Amino acid sequence: MGDWLRGVFTNPAVLSAVKVTFEMAFSSTFISAILGVAIGLWLQNHDFTGKKAVVRINRTLMGVPPVVIGLLVYLLTMRGGPLGPLSLLFTVKGMVLAQVLIITPIISGMVFSYAESAVPAIRAFAKTMGADKKQTDRLIISELRNEIYFCIITGFGRAISEVGSVMLVGGNIKGHTRTMTTMISLLKSQGIYSEGIGLGLLLLIMAFILQTLGDYVRKEQIRDENY
Amino acid sequence: MKIKKLLVLLLSGMMVLSFAACGSSGGGEEEAEAAAAPEEGATLMMATTTSTEDTGLLDYLQPLFKEATGIDLQWTAVGIGEALKMGEDGQVDVVLVHAKSSEEEFVANGFGVERFPVMYNDFVVVGPAAPLEKTDDVAAFFGAVSDQQLPFVSRGDDSGTDKKEKKIWEGLGIDPAANPNYIEAGQGMGATLTMANEKEAYCLTDRGTWLKQSKDSENEYTLDIVCEGGKELLNQYGVIAVNPEKYPEVNNEAANAFIEWITSDEVQKLIGESGVEEYGQALFTPNAGTDN
Repeated sequence: MGDWLRGVFTNPAVLSAVKVTFEMAFSSTFISAILGVAIGLWLQNHDFTGKKAVVRINRTLMGVPPVVIGLLVYLLTMRGGPLGPLSLLFTVKGMVLAQVLIITPIISGMVFSYAESAVPAIRAFAKTMGADKKQTDRLIISELRNEIYFCIITGFGRAISEVGSVMLVGGNIKGHTRTMTTMISLLKSQGIYSEGIGLGLLLLIMAFILQTLGDYVRKEQIRDENY
Repeated sequence: MKIKKLLVLLLSGMMVLSFAACGSSGGGEEEAEAAAAPEEGATLMMATTTSTEDTGLLDYLQPLFKEATGIDLQWTAVGIGEALKMGEDGQVDVVLVHAKSSEEEFVANGFGVERFPVMYNDFVVVGPAAPLEKTDDVAAFFGAVSDQQLPFVSRGDDSGTDKKEKKIWEGLGIDPAANPNYIEAGQGMGATLTMANEKEAYCLTDRGTWLKQSKDSENEYTLDIVCEGGKELLNQYGVIAVNPEKYPEVNNEAANAFIEWITSDEVQKLIGESGVEEYGQALFTPNAGTDN
């Protein structure tokens, strides 16, 4: 196992795939988190005609097959497409664009439904304490931070495990847009199953370490507030 | 190391089990002499390369085979590495691929019974009209791509086509990766051609897939054939029955019936005619009985 692990970690193809995977997953989760949390909270706090339809569309998009988004982004970014001049096709940036379209509705939809049940009470509390708008917003985010953290983690889980849209938009180009998941797909097509399983394990282990780190950071924060 | 092996074992065990569960229609030693007329409703599972599916050859042959023998031909079209691996794991009854040395190794290692040549097609290089002129000189063409660092999209998936391309570079003593515009797609022929078209790059493809794709795809192809006809570009297909001594559960009589059928004069003639109507030229040239 040790030899094999060392072999995996010194293989430049694997290292590059790990790097591309995390580059893509972190940037797309970061952008989607900002957009998703903002949209989710905004939706909760605003009433307008057609809001129900917007919420329903958001829920539908939470389950959209990534490969459909992949196809859409492909058509947008291809040479003759509307975004063609930006040369996003077969780049990590293009992959991030597709991922943001997939993950943002997931985060915004989850944040919205958490906010629906918790925010009215927080708002009422803030009002009785005489908080202004800024203080109220800060209180809402602070009270919902566990839920928001969970939404972002869910988004990250989707980002890191995505294969269909990433294959279409990124093109699985060795050393450039090959992620761990598309590499597994390629290894399978070559009949090299053991390395594929190894990469899958590696991906899981890394996700586990990240989760542990996230929990640790959260606990520290909570302890800081126990005055 | 142990964990890795265990996992592979577990996974392949599950696969074999599921295969055994759904594929119980064939088999049986007492039917061995029935090779000429296998039972009605039998199925033959074949692993083959994407080119035979993408060109429509199998769709063309399947109903004819069913009519002639009553056997239902089913196939999974994958990369050559995976196709041979499926044969090695006994998951299919017969393989139809195009990598002679790997095929001979497959037989030598006892996984296959015997290799029979079936037909050949040829590879072509497609690419933009400039800066390289159309040629049949493979060496000069590949040399120029490398010297001028022109964009080139490789399959990069260890498929038969990929192996062919690597062999051409190797034969010329060129390291293709030294060219910064050489990229490896790691995908099938169709996806690789689409990528080459997007990037206006050169790409080695089998002629059949190119003809079909450039005709049927909604993509507007700006690429065209820029190198063809060289001896290095021929592509020989072979058919091999998976060894029943290794895997008694394979449907060997159906596999033998298929081999006998596809190498027969009549079917060989049909192969030579397939595609003429649709593409104006044959996609495959039959050559069963030769020593290719």
